[in-house]
Amino acid sequence: MDMNHTPDPSHLPDDDSVYEGLLVGDDSQWAFGTDFEDPLAGVDTTVPDGVDTHQLAVYCLMLADDALVMSHRLSEWCSNAPDLEEDIALANIALDLLGQARLLLARAAAADPSVVPALPDGSPVPPEDALAFFRDDREFRNVRLVEADNGDFAMTIARLLLFSTWRLALFQRLAASRDHVLSAVAVKGVKEMTYHRDYAGRWFLTLARGTDESRRRLVAGLEAIWPLHGELFTTHAAELVTAESGVGVDPATVADEVDVRLEQVFSMSGVDRPDVAPLAGVRGKTGRCGLHTEALSRLLAEMQVVARAHPTGSW
Amino acid sequence: MSRVSSVLASSKTDVSYARRVAASVTDPEMPMLTLEDLGVLRDVEVDGDIVIVTITPTYSGCPAMATMRDDLVHRLRDAGFAEVEVRVSLHPAWSSDWITPRGREALAEHGISAPGAAPRHDGPIVLSLLPIRRTLTCPRCGSSDIELTSEFGPTACKALYRCTSCLEPFEHVKEI
Repeated sequence: MDMNHTPDPSHLPDDDSVYEGLLVGDDSQWAFGTDFEDPLAGVDTTVPDGVDTHQLAVYCLMLADDALVMSHRLSEWCSNAPDLEEDIALANIALDLLGQARLLLARAAAADPSVVPALPDGSPVPPEDALAFFRDDREFRNVRLVEADNGDFAMTIARLLLFSTWRLALFQRLAASRDHVLSAVAVKGVKEMTYHRDYAGRWFLTLARGTDESRRRLVAGLEAIWPLHGELFTTHAAELVTAESGVGVDPATVADEVDVRLEQVFSMSGVDRPDVAPLAGVRGKTGRCGLHTEALSRLLAEMQVVARAHPTGSW
Repeated sequence: MSRVSSVLASSKTDVSYARRVAASVTDPEMPMLTLEDLGVLRDVEVDGDIVIVTITPTYSGCPAMATMRDDLVHRLRDAGFAEVEVRVSLHPAWSSDWITPRGREALAEHGISAPGAAPRHDGPIVLSLLPIRRTLTCPRCGSSDIELTSEFGPTACKALYRCTSCLEPFEHVKEI
């Protein structure tokens, strides 16, 4: 048998210069690679029987956009957090959510390719990036809680507590989804978000029981984001339809559980549930319908500007 | 297409050879661990002319996946397998319990504390408002006087600790 184990010469650097090797072969010598592969390569993306593919795609966009926008806000703390450990913690949480967003956007594109924005011929941008960088604010389906400006560290912690408590409860139920991709994303996400919720809960307690100033900021931060709390449990048609076909979760069904968890943190922290009115939508429509606050437009402008300037660029 | 691939394709010894090569590829962030020791290498099979390797991410956003894939492709090509396909498996989700005993030893030898048993997520998940208590020893001096610095570390899978005896910081692979 011809067992030729000599390395392929095309992978070896030229003898003339140690740098020559950087200019041949593929891109994989760069840290973490510069090309993009399908994050669902090899994953069975068959849509289960009786499921409306478009509604499934819209539902995946909702869960993906929640994670993507929240991830972007958290990553804005990079090099700005109160100390290095929190900088690293918030960046890690942002990374987990970005990973969830990527898988969910890819799942949306696989379920119904018509949701993916059209790009110029020859563009190397993969579907999940097209969805992240080439949709306008009205096409984003995230809840408005995640798009609000970070405020200070205390407000960021208050929001992260609401968000991770809610999303963890959703994902625990989503683990039983008939859709194999959603189920797998959820099972993995539950493990990750258990750490996120503990982190937010501990900092909430620490700030509430810390100094007068930390407590004042925490209470103010909680009140500032509380008007966006009710929207988390309002059911959109796509959530209802996918829940009925056994692939999605109706967020109204997690309201009680989330309430109990939040009460646990509030009571240990000696903080009252804010008594502030919900932020109105536009004729009853809110984030899930694509109607957002001004903050999202500014966030997207910054997040999308480079990709949009180079729709055929390869990185 | 390499001249050797058609010969390689049908033999069982080549499957085990491919598996051996794939199993020796190391994690880009923790090079003391092979992908097999880390538990992310799920399967190696030969289908016709193609070696198919299945890996699973440790965390959803693990940025090392592309490097793992490229390293697997290069190593297997260098070993004579012309066509290599790397697939991702999301289910079952990776658990730190899958790190092998040999992997745990390698971590400890390199000053990284190995994970304990992973938490189960079958029922309601308790919200823990107190720091997670782990019974750890400092991988450098062996002291059990340690304190948690942060549940989040330099990579997605690690927490930060500090030994209060030798005062050195160390990393702990989180239970997940």
